[in-house]
Amino acid sequence: MPKRPIPEPTPDTAEFWAGARRGELRIQRCNACGKAYFYPRPFCPFCSSKDVAWFTATGRGKLYSYVINNRPAYGFQDYAPYVIAVVQLDEGPRMMTNIIGVEPTPENLPIDLPVEVTWEKQDDVITLPIFRPVGAAT
Amino acid sequence: MSLRMTAAIVGAAETDSVAIQPDMSSLMLHAEAAFNALADCGLTKDDVDGVLCAGQSPVSVAEYLGITPTYIDGTSVGGCSFMIHVRHAAAAIQAGLCSVALITHGESGRSRVGMGGWGSSKQMPGAQFEEPYGVAGPPTRFTIPILRHMHEYGTTHEQLASVAVATRRWAEKNPRAMMRDPITIEDVLNSRMIAYPVHLLECCLVTDGGGALVVVSAERAKDFPKKPVYVLGTGESSEHSMISQMHDFTESRAFKVSGQLAFNEAKIERKDIDHAMFYDAFAHTPMFALEALGFVGKGESGPFFEEMRTAPGGDFPLNTNGGGLSYTHTGMYGMFAIQESVRQLRGEAPAQLPDLRTSIAHGVGGMFHAAGTLILTNDERA
Repeated sequence: MPKRPIPEPTPDTAEFWAGARRGELRIQRCNACGKAYFYPRPFCPFCSSKDVAWFTATGRGKLYSYVINNRPAYGFQDYAPYVIAVVQLDEGPRMMTNIIGVEPTPENLPIDLPVEVTWEKQDDVITLPIFRPVGAAT
Repeated sequence: MSLRMTAAIVGAAETDSVAIQPDMSSLMLHAEAAFNALADCGLTKDDVDGVLCAGQSPVSVAEYLGITPTYIDGTSVGGCSFMIHVRHAAAAIQAGLCSVALITHGESGRSRVGMGGWGSSKQMPGAQFEEPYGVAGPPTRFTIPILRHMHEYGTTHEQLASVAVATRRWAEKNPRAMMRDPITIEDVLNSRMIAYPVHLLECCLVTDGGGALVVVSAERAKDFPKKPVYVLGTGESSEHSMISQMHDFTESRAFKVSGQLAFNEAKIERKDIDHAMFYDAFAHTPMFALEALGFVGKGESGPFFEEMRTAPGGDFPLNTNGGGLSYTHTGMYGMFAIQESVRQLRGEAPAQLPDLRTSIAHGVGGMFHAAGTLILTNDERA
C-alpha cells in the first residue's frame, strides 16, 4: 500500500470521513434544488440553500477521465505506474481517486468504464475511497 | 464602464536571462525585471505608485524596490495573474487610485531560491480530496481532462503532439529560447511518457526568470520612448480549486467567461485578431483556449493544430516566442505571454510578424483554476 499524504478532516468534511471509516460513501444532497454534490459544504453550491442532507451514495460510477502516472509522488515510488482518475458517481458528483484491481493500461481503462468503490484504511481517522472496475477483485 | 483604450503598456521587459539562474532569488528576479521595464520607459521607481505582483506579496516587492505605493494588488491565482493585473491596473488608473502601475513577475521555478514552501495545509480541500491519490504536481492534475476530450471529440495523440511541434518551430527563431532543436511528431510521441497520455515534450519547461510591465493612462502613453501598446479588451474568471471539480473536462468555463469579457470590451471579432499567445503549460492548454475563446468550434482544435496553422507560415500565428513548451516557463508563465504580445505589437520580436494591429494574450491560472485575457493593440485610433 502506498504511503499516502494523510489529510485532516475539517468540520464541514467530518461526516464524509466518519462514513468512510464505516465503509459508506457519504455525500450531500440539497433538499431545495434536489442536486447531489461533492466536496462537502454546509450549503448547496448550486442554489446556496442550507437545507442540505447527508446520504450514502451507491458507490458506483463511471471512469470520467484519468492519467497513468509514471512519475510517482513521494510515498508512491513502488507503485508507479498508477492511475489517477476522476470518477463520476451515479448520483452526479465527481471525485478524484485511484483505479485499482486492473493492470494500468489504456486498453484496460476505457473512458466511462463502470467502477465501484472499495476502501483503503490509512489510520484510525482516515479511510480512503478507492475505485475498481465493477466486478474486479482487489 | 469599460476599460477599452483607457490604459497602455509603456514599459515592458524580461529579466536578463530566462534560463536557469541558481544565483538569483525570486525577489532579485522581480527587481531585475522591474528595473529593466522602468528603464524601457525612462521612469524610475520613484515614479511608481501602483504595485501589482503574484507569488511574492506586493508588500514585499514594494519594500524590496523602495516604493511606497498608493495602490497594491496581490492577485495571485497562478500564471494568468499578470493578465488580471493589467486589467486591475487599468481600472485603478481610471479610478484615480494610481497613475503609474508596475506589474512584476519573478520566479525561481527551477532553482527554488527564495521561494515560499511547496504544499498546503492538510486541511485544504485539495489536501483532503486529491493529494492522497498520489498526484505529483501539474503533470498529473492539469492533464486529467485530456482523455475525456479525446473520447468525446476524437482528438488524437498526433494532434496533441503537433502543438509541441508547431511551438518548437517558433522557438527555433528565438535565440533566448531554451529548446531550439527541430522536433517531429514522432519525436514527441517517442519522448518519455510522463503521465499517459502526456509525453515529456508535451510538458512545459521549468526555468528561472521574470518580467515586468509599466501601465499608465492612454492619455499619457505617447510621452514615453517606445510605441504604446493599448489595452483594448480585458477579462478574468475562475472556476475551481481542484481539477476534479472542473464542470466539463472538455472545456474551460473560466476561459470562456474571461475570453468573452475581453472580446465584448474590445468590440472586435475573432477574425480581427492578428497574433495570439495562449498559455501552454501542456500541449492541450492552447487547444482548450482555441476552442473556449471561440476561434474554432468545440472539439475542433485537434485538426487545426495538426494542419500546422499555428506554426510559422500558418494563418494563426500562436506562441511566437516558443511558448512555455520551448521558450521558458518559470511557473507563472503568463507574464512572458504578455511580453511577447508587446514585442510583436512594437515590432521588436525575434520572430517578428508583419503588419500587426492586434494581439490576444490568454493565460491560465493553476490547473484550469482561473483565467485572464488581454486584447492589445498598437493602433491609437482603435
